[in-house]
Formats: sequence, structure tokens, C-alpha cells
Amino acid sequence: MSAPNLDLNTLQGVVVRFAGDSGDGMQLTGTNFTQATALYGNDLSTFPDFPAEIRAPAGATFGVSAFQIYFASEEVSTAGDDLDVLIAMNPAALITNINDLVRGGLIILDTGTFTAKNLGRAGYAQNPLQDDSLDDYRVIKIDISKQVVEAVKPFGLSHKFAVRCKNMWTLGLVLWLFDRSRKATTEALANKFAKTPQIAEANIAALNAGHAYGETAEFPAGVDIYKIPKAVVEPGQYRNITGSDALAWGLIAGGQLADLNLVFASYPITPASSLLHSLSTHKEFDVVTFQAEDEIAAVCAAIGASFAGSLGVTSSSGPGIALKAEAIALACAVELPLVIVSTQRGGPSTGLPTKTEQSDLNQALFGRHADTPLPVLAARSSADCFEVAIEVIRIATKYMTPVILLSDGYMANAATPWKIPDFNDFEPFPVKFHTESEGFSPAQRDPETLARVWAKPGTPGLEHRIGGIERDFETGDISYDAANHQKMTDVRKAKIDGMVRDIPDQEIAVGEASGKLLVIGWGSTYGALLQAVKRARLAGHQVSHVHVRHLWPLPENLGELLASFDRILVPEMNTGQFINLLRSQYLVDAKGLHKVSGQPFKISEIEDAIYEELELIK
Amino acid sequence: MNEAVSQKLTFKDFESDQEVRWCPGCGDYAILKTIQKTLPELDVPRENHVFVSGIGCSSRFPYYMNAYGFHTIHGRAPAVATGIRLANPDLDVWIITGDGDSLSIGGNHTMHVLRRNVNLQLLLFNNEIYGLTKGQYSPTSKVGTQSPSTPDGSIDKPLIPCAFALGAGARFIARSIDTEVKHLAQVLKRGHAHTGASFIEIYQNCHVYNDGAFETVKNKKTASDHRIDVQQGEPLLFGKEKEKGLRLNPGTLKTEVVSVSDVGLNAILVHDETNKTLAQILIDLQEPEFPVAFGVLYCNPASAFVTDLYDQYSDVRGKREKGDVNKLLRSGHTWFVD
Ligand code: SF4
Repeated sequence: MSAPNLDLNTLQGVVVRFAGDSGDGMQLTGTNFTQATALYGNDLSTFPDFPAEIRAPAGATFGVSAFQIYFASEEVSTAGDDLDVLIAMNPAALITNINDLVRGGLIILDTGTFTAKNLGRAGYAQNPLQDDSLDDYRVIKIDISKQVVEAVKPFGLSHKFAVRCKNMWTLGLVLWLFDRSRKATTEALANKFAKTPQIAEANIAALNAGHAYGETAEFPAGVDIYKIPKAVVEPGQYRNITGSDALAWGLIAGGQLADLNLVFASYPITPASSLLHSLSTHKEFDVVTFQAEDEIAAVCAAIGASFAGSLGVTSSSGPGIALKAEAIALACAVELPLVIVSTQRGGPSTGLPTKTEQSDLNQALFGRHADTPLPVLAARSSADCFEVAIEVIRIATKYMTPVILLSDGYMANAATPWKIPDFNDFEPFPVKFHTESEGFSPAQRDPETLARVWAKPGTPGLEHRIGGIERDFETGDISYDAANHQKMTDVRKAKIDGMVRDIPDQEIAVGEASGKLLVIGWGSTYGALLQAVKRARLAGHQVSHVHVRHLWPLPENLGELLASFDRILVPEMNTGQFINLLRSQYLVDAKGLHKVSGQPFKISEIEDAIYEELELIK
Repeated sequence: MNEAVSQKLTFKDFESDQEVRWCPGCGDYAILKTIQKTLPELDVPRENHVFVSGIGCSSRFPYYMNAYGFHTIHGRAPAVATGIRLANPDLDVWIITGDGDSLSIGGNHTMHVLRRNVNLQLLLFNNEIYGLTKGQYSPTSKVGTQSPSTPDGSIDKPLIPCAFALGAGARFIARSIDTEVKHLAQVLKRGHAHTGASFIEIYQNCHVYNDGAFETVKNKKTASDHRIDVQQGEPLLFGKEKEKGLRLNPGTLKTEVVSVSDVGLNAILVHDETNKTLAQILIDLQEPEFPVAFGVLYCNPASAFVTDLYDQYSDVRGKREKGDVNKLLRSGHTWFVD
């Protein structure tokens, strides 16, 4: 992406990053700016990036919390590559983020924090405000700390509380810079601090003071209000949504479509906990949430709930999913529906818990003992989580099987505008519990789907036992018979394989169904891949993009699609997991592009790889 | 409310068509029979009984009961049972577990199911050995137990299951014996009547790997001197002629065995199920110095988890409109593009 010319006052799109101490409230600032930007009418995408430490020592580089937003008058599908504007609330925020800023980009910084102590903590040998290291950039230097203390003086806050309003002062200035309304933020603040009106008023005063500063102060040459025209988007009602909210709401919606109560059992783990938080606030729906004593108890409680006739849902991230593996295999054995949400993060072990990665695909596909195939689906964006959550519930209940839904830390936290669907447009798939005792066997199957019967405790005449010991194909009684085990293993596999008849053919995100190069991915890389392919196509290259939701079983036409391209590029945020699946399933020669830095792909990184591949063809 | 109840069930109704596969002479047979006999007396429709087990000899139990059953994985029955209860608060849930299953691999879940006071019964068949894996010592085996994994005798200290339960916050704790039909049936009924988690330890003889582990308290000749059967409101007496009793030494506050004729009946402790301190004393009684206590050692009801949870739900629901997905999707900030 080319750097926007900040000399112009009308821009197509801008990438802004707010960076500060983890206690500086950067996430809240970013969220409010996002809201104002959405209301303004730009398309946008965000990337909250925060440290694992809740409260790192003030001024430390490892405590820097950042919130990035890309907003534009054109279609936006990623949070942007390089920064046009960096807001740095202290030296640590400056030193850790400046390398992402384009030359000529704008820095807004709080000089009040550039003390010897903070400079030392950030690792600056000398004050960057006093040497030439920032000469390539436009820099707005303001003692924000001082300004804000002045602005909130009338409210009689202690110095500590007064300085905390810094983020709102800064937000006020940035809202001015991009011509955005303060109304939504003012309302949000009044709401958030409804119980402490003094704090609400002080924050609002700080917001207004920052805005007023913009109107009156002198800025470096060319820096003035920037206009980013509204994006052209489909008419309708819109909202911003994060992946975890979309997922939570999708589960609620899926439960209603299945006509089932949900029992959501989970154990806190970053970055999956927000799903538990979100669902526990919705007691007005038929969702029971349960914070279990550990990961194993969470999945086991979910399985128990499914046995009893609710839909059990559990969620975690890689290390927690590992702990659940034995129980997931039990659910495969007894053929009960179960939804497992895996929100991937940087690994192995504790790894990078607040950073994103796609390295738990192998775990989802293969991470269990014995032959235990199960469906695996991946959402591709925050908003997509809604539909995928519904789809996993449909599959789990129709086929009586555990299903894994893959999300990741990036998607879970990032917000994108979403055209709100009409729930009435979704086709219900109500579950019918077995009630007929005549000829009942817990082993009976639907001849078409091969799904085992679902008969719930409390139903007279259907008393039966299930368990982890191999069961007889006909009666469901325990059986150690060799031929029966072969048959049962085969039927469990055939059930999952047979699902391909029920999942949609793989669509092409952009481009033709054949050509020189196919860029194929899964999960949250969607936006970067899509934009990169679009740009290559604009440049006249024959490239297509395919993004796979159904990772197991794979769509029926996928093999044919792959065979129709000269070359295949598989970018993913791991060292090559999906590519191995494609190679083993279709015997295709594909090339991988791998990144595990804890950060999402940049569009330019994908573009570079596309060009490299195309040159190889030439 | 239900035909099954009005027709009056018998023990036959709870026998499944599966061949029982425990070793001949195993204490599990007796427990199975007693439970099958007791269930019809509980006035619960058969279809509402759910037996949930983990792994081990005792955990095969659900297959032999004609009720709903789930033979799960090692140590996790309390978690599965909690899920069942959460999904359907009308069900009557029984956990069947052993000493290895509930106190070794599944100790965490046992602790939490008791702490939360989930409405269910947990029946711990304690045979002080790993039977199914062929005789290794267990967390309740006495020090010195020779087993395939401890040929020179086990050295780690055993756990007292009822003490674990009390420490975890259980509100109902009882102890009984596999072959004592009347006693066991009584304890089961009490446990069933208790709201919340009922912890029932059943001494179970493993005929093959740990035969006679509980001989002193089972054998008619020795039992009266080695066990004390507690009864609510009755003095804690034992011995052939009930000539011995328990008291707290007024000087040292230590538990001691005294002769009733020496101290007088008034000096003997009287059983009070609701007294946690007394429960701790009874649970701590260990051979050979003391007799082992049987019966309902502690019963002090408190509100139960699933009841509280559903109360909270109806409370919150009472204050909110019924959930509407379209409204949910449009909650908070939204905007229109024309
Ligand atoms: S091994 Fe022991 S506990 Fe297991 S069935 Fe045989 S006798 Fe019973």
C-alpha cells in the first residue's frame, strides 16, 4: 500500500494506531474511535494488540498496548499494513511502534511522559524529541498530561484520576483530526460512568478539550482536518462486531434454530474467555453458562449436558483443547453432539497468549487418540463467526458428533462493521428427540446421515446405557467382538465422510475457477488474502482466491478446483499445516507462506509471495 | 405423575439384560442388589434415574442397571454428572466411582462437585486397590500394601475418603458396607433424601486383589469392637454389650475410648449429624486405636448448586424481556446506510 499523502486533505484511507501503557486505556480509546468512524460511514477493520501482562510496570516496552484501525472510503478487509498515524502516549509506545510508521507519517505524542526515567525504561539512550531521529516524520508534540490536568481542574479530581483522562483528551484531538463526531463517545462515557457522574464529566471535558486544542493549535505544515469520504456499502442496518460477540450470538441463534437449550461450560483461558463472559450476560436466552474447575471438567459437563438433551458447548485455546482431547474422543465414541470452540493463540504451551496464530489446525484435525474423525470448521472474519457458529450447531445435532470451530485471537478481539442479518431468514433445523420405545435401540441410526439416535434421560421406556467401551452395532451393548469393532470404526468414519454431501461446494472468493495461481487459505487471513489477490488482479494477473470454511470434511469440489490451477499458494500463520492436508488429500504440489510472529499477515506480504510465484511461472 | 410410579416398581425393573461381569465373590454384586432393591422405594420414575460412572471395576455398574446410564472416562464422572444436572434439573443423578477413580485421577472433580453441592449422590466403592488394572495399590491403600507396583510395600500415606469429602465442603457424608443390605439401604435413602451432594463411602471387598481388607469391621466376631454405628441423638457406644464409648477428654480435648461404667453415660459423646466438629472426630477414627464409624456421619443441608443456578436464572429472567435474537443483533450502537 502506498503511503497516503498527508499533504492532501481528502484521503482514500488511513491506518491509525493508538499506543500506550497497558494502563493508559488504549483499547477503550480505539473502541470509541471505531464507533465514531463507523457512524461516519467509512468501512473499517480493527486490530487490538495487547500484552499478556495485565499491568506491566509503567513505561515498560513489554507493557505497551495498541489498537490499530484502518478506515477508508473503499472496501476494507484488514486492519492495514503500515501506519499513517501513530499516537504514542509514552517513549515505550514510540520505540516499539515507530518502525511500522510510513515515512512522512504523523506522530502525536505526549511530551509530558518523555522523562529521563521513562526514556531509560524504553531503552532510549537520548531523547528522540531532541535529536534528529524523528526528522522523517511529521510530529505533533503536546504535553498532554499537563493539558488534561488543566482541563479537568474544575472537577476536583486527584492528580492520579485527572491524568487518567489523558486517553479521552487524545481521542478528542484525533476525532477532530478526522472530522468525526464526539456524540457517541460522550454517550458511551456517560453510560460507563453512570454511577460516578464526576468521572464521566471529567472525561467528557477532557474529550472536548482535546478537540478544542485541534481547532486552535498550530500544526506542522499540511496537517489539518483530513476527510475520508464515506464508503459505498450496501444499504441496511449495520453495527460493529468482534469475533467473540458474533460467536456468542451465533451460538444463541443456533440453539434457537435447533430448538435446544445450550449448556456452555468453559474454563478461563486467554483469548477464549470473552465467549464465556459474553454468554453469561444473556440469561434471557436458553443458555446456561458454567465455569468449570478445569478444562476437562468443562468439556465433560458439556458432554453430560448433551446426553441429557441440551446442546453442550465448550471453548478454549490450544493448551486447554489438549486437555479436553480424551473427552472429545469419548463424545466421538458415544456419538453425542458437542461444540468445541478453539480460539487459537501463539504456542506451544503458554506461548504468546494474547497474540494470534493458526497453529492449532493439526490439533483440531488429528489431536486425539484412535480413529476419531470429526468435522472442523473455521470462521474467516469476526462477522463470519455468527454464521459458522450456527453451521456447527446444525452439523453437530444432525450428525450426532462433536464439531470443532476454529477462531483465533485476532478475530476474537477485532471489530468489523457488519450488515445485521434478519434472523428470520435462517432456516430452522429443530432437533427431534426419539420417544418411541417400540423397537428402540441406543445404536439405531438414521440410514441417510448415519447419525445415532438421540434419546434423552427422562423419557419413559428408553432407558439405556452408553459408554466408552466399544458398542455393538445393532444393540449398543458393550462388545469386544473384532468384526464389530471394524464395523463401528468404519461407520463412524463413513458418517463424517458422508457429510460432504451436506456441505456447500467450495466457492471462489475472487477470480476464476482456473488459472495460473490459486491463493488458498482458511481462517482470519481472509482479509489479507482477498485484498492481495484483488490488487494482483487489478495489475492484470491471473490469480484467484479461495478461502475454506469446511476444513474437515473438505468440500467435494475442492480437489477439482486445485487441479485447475498451475500453481497453488497456501499462506497460513503456522509452519505449514493446511498445506500438508491439501498435499495429502489431493497429491498437489502447493507452496506455503508461513508467518508466526504473533501478528496477522500484511497485504503486502501476500502480494510479494504472489509475485514471486508468478515470476516462477514466467 | 407417571405410570411407572403408580405401577410400583420392583427390583426386577432395575435389572438390565446385561450379564454382570465382576469376579465371583466381588463386593460389587451385593451393592448392585441393594441399590436395585432400594430404588423402587424412592418414588422416582425409573426414567429419571441416571447412573454416571468413570473407569474401574465399580464403574461398570451403570451397564447393569435398567435406568439411564453413562460409563464415561477415568475420574470425570462428577463433571459429566454436573452437566447432566445442569441440562435437566428434574433428573436423579447417581455417580458410581471407586477410590482410584474419584480420589486419584478424578480428585479435582470430586472436590468441586462436593464444594458446589451439586444435587446428586456420589457412591464411592472403596476397595483400597486398583482392581481393573490388576491390583496396584490405590490412594486409600494402607501403608505397606504389597502390589505389582509396590512389591516391597507401599510407602505413601493413604487418604481417608470421608475426610477428603468433609474438607471439600460436603454437607452429607455417610459410610456403609457392601454386604450389609439393611444398613446400606438406609444410608442410600438418607443420601437420596438430602438435597445437594451426598457423599457415601461404601467399603467394598475386592475378592481378588485385596480380600479381607475390611474383615475386622465385617466379621461378626470382631465387628462390635472395631466399629461404631452412629445414630442421630444416641450416645456413641460400641462393644458387645455397648460397654465402651467415645468421649472428649475434658483436660486434653482428645478423643478417647472409655468404659461407660468408669465415666458414666452422661460423659459419652452424643451423635449430632449437624455438628461438623463431631463429624471430623468420627471420620478421623482409625483402627487399631479406635473403632471405625458407620452410618450418617454428617448431614447439614445447605442450598444446592443447580437449584441456586436456576433460581438465579428465573430471577434475572423475571427482570428482562424474553430473549429475541433479532433484538440482540440490533442491541447497542447500530447505524443505517441508505
Ligand atoms: S478385581 Fe476386585 S473389585 Fe474388580 S471385579 Fe474383581 S473382585 Fe471386584
